[in-house]
Amino acid sequence: MFEATALNRRNEQVEWLFKVLFLLMTVILVIPVVLIMGVLVVKGHGALSWEFLTTAPSSGMTAGGILPALVGTVWLVAVALVASVPLGIGAAVYLSEYAPDNWFTRVINLAIINLAGVPSIVHALFGVGAFVLFFRFGTSILAASLTLAVMTLPVVIVATRESLQAVPRAFREACWNMGATRWQTIRSVVLPNAISGILTGVILEVSRTAGETAPIMFTGAAFFLPFLPQSVFDQTMAMSLHLFVISTQVPGVPEELPYGVALVLISMVLVMNALSIAFRVYLRGKKKW
Amino acid sequence: MPPEGPSPGGGSPAPAPALPALPAGGRLPSSAGRHARHGSLHRRDWAWYQDKLVAGVVLLGGVSAIVFILGIFIFITREGMGFILETLDVREFFGSPAWRPTSERNPTYGVLALIAGTASVTGLAMVVSVPFSLGAAIFIGEFATGKLREALKILVELLAAIPSVVWGFIGLSIMNRLIIQLFDVPVGLNVLNAGIILGLMAAPIMTTIAEDALKAVPDTYREAAEAMGATRWQIIVKVVLPAAKNGLLGAVLLGVGRGFGETMAVLMASGHAINIPTSPFDSVRALTATIAAELGETAVGSDHYRALFTLGILLFVVTFIINLTADLVVRGVRKANR
Repeated sequence: MFEATALNRRNEQVEWLFKVLFLLMTVILVIPVVLIMGVLVVKGHGALSWEFLTTAPSSGMTAGGILPALVGTVWLVAVALVASVPLGIGAAVYLSEYAPDNWFTRVINLAIINLAGVPSIVHALFGVGAFVLFFRFGTSILAASLTLAVMTLPVVIVATRESLQAVPRAFREACWNMGATRWQTIRSVVLPNAISGILTGVILEVSRTAGETAPIMFTGAAFFLPFLPQSVFDQTMAMSLHLFVISTQVPGVPEELPYGVALVLISMVLVMNALSIAFRVYLRGKKKW
Repeated sequence: MPPEGPSPGGGSPAPAPALPALPAGGRLPSSAGRHARHGSLHRRDWAWYQDKLVAGVVLLGGVSAIVFILGIFIFITREGMGFILETLDVREFFGSPAWRPTSERNPTYGVLALIAGTASVTGLAMVVSVPFSLGAAIFIGEFATGKLREALKILVELLAAIPSVVWGFIGLSIMNRLIIQLFDVPVGLNVLNAGIILGLMAAPIMTTIAEDALKAVPDTYREAAEAMGATRWQIIVKVVLPAAKNGLLGAVLLGVGRGFGETMAVLMASGHAINIPTSPFDSVRALTATIAAELGETAVGSDHYRALFTLGILLFVVTFIINLTADLVVRGVRKANR
């Protein structure tokens, strides 16, 4: 009675076929990550050396290292974080812990979604119009970082809100029933339980910020500056823009140089991402509820 | 329960603290009496004010998102408005393929070719990446289990992490040579190159959102179909996909929005030639790439500068509509399945 009929067998074959087909599609989709890393390592590792990381570009950017670009990227990311992390965490705490379910909250959510969807070059135009011209920061690290901060704000908000909402409601109720206020509950129960998730989101934001090019092109990143920035009002080189410049704007660059820069940039970004993923997997294993 | 405010997380409100036995008739004690007995629930001490203060401060964080999105619109409009009011000729703007803002005698501002460039690259990207993204979402969401599933999800996430300038560099160096060799064409920077690059860039967001949409289909649907003797593939085709179709549509829309707004990769891989393409091997120029390439060379306040901000307004409005639609479509599904 339960023996497989011809129809059963055919159905199973169809299922197997589609399973393999979709597996292939998935593999084709993710294989470029591996291929790109491979090509960059093979072609770019020749350019890497201690000197490459610790000297400025020379001979019209056809030789030398990337120190000003590396330091510049660190500056840009750090200042952007200072601006966006407190604001993003505040927004997430509001949305997760205080916000009533009304039209105003929906408008905030809509704004966040759109902030994440606006093209990066439009963020650049905003940065020029608002920070460079209107607030008179000029083309500076400050203007570029604030542009980046606005652009990556949704990353912090979404990650923080998710980790806040992962804290079980019963934890909060227990605390409220002790007579604690909302803020006392958040400070002593919700945030300590969500802090590692928030950190994961911040690491992700660092990785996003470090790779962006368009928003900093006209707001603070320079094509070539052989010295390091001294304050947030200086211009600076940046890794991402440096890769764009030496691969499209400068003639006579030896082939391995842009590959080396791309390798350093992608390594920075992927290490950050891997860190964030590892952190998340570790947390999931440790979760007490 | 804290003194005021709604319940977080959208859950049901916690039960009120147990009151002493109700007086006859079931009426609550007068508010004055209640205040006396449950004074701690109506306190106005330091902790209460602190709570109010923090509520105000974090509200600022929430409001900032609205301020920024309005700010973006206001500031790009402020810079671009002069062009729209004074120089813009709507028929030339949308009807002419001639984008010649630097011409000394007769500058023209036609964006038809730029729109065609953006549309062709985004269109090809979607043709390449929609089937693969949805296929991957179905495999990861419905077939894969355990370690394989985790590994695939992580790889998709890493795909999303590659910066756009690195994608552009890949298009410029590797894809360029590959296309020249494979198809025997003189230039490898064209619609095909940028389309494939853009497809790979848009794939992770589509895969992730589509997988979320599949996950949002209640398991009871699957179990009911399974009880009827359906195979897993039949369940996917007849039950899961129809139930998730709005979410999948939302995923594709977000992918389109992503492709439409991508700047650096398109700038570097598309060839950057003003051209209405007739084949995938034609070089084109996108709206976003035009701004990125030309803004540095313009004088603040010039017609050219303001025209570029007008392109920005166009991009902002179109992506706003795409994102809004995607959000409404996705939200519709969540509500229906609740």
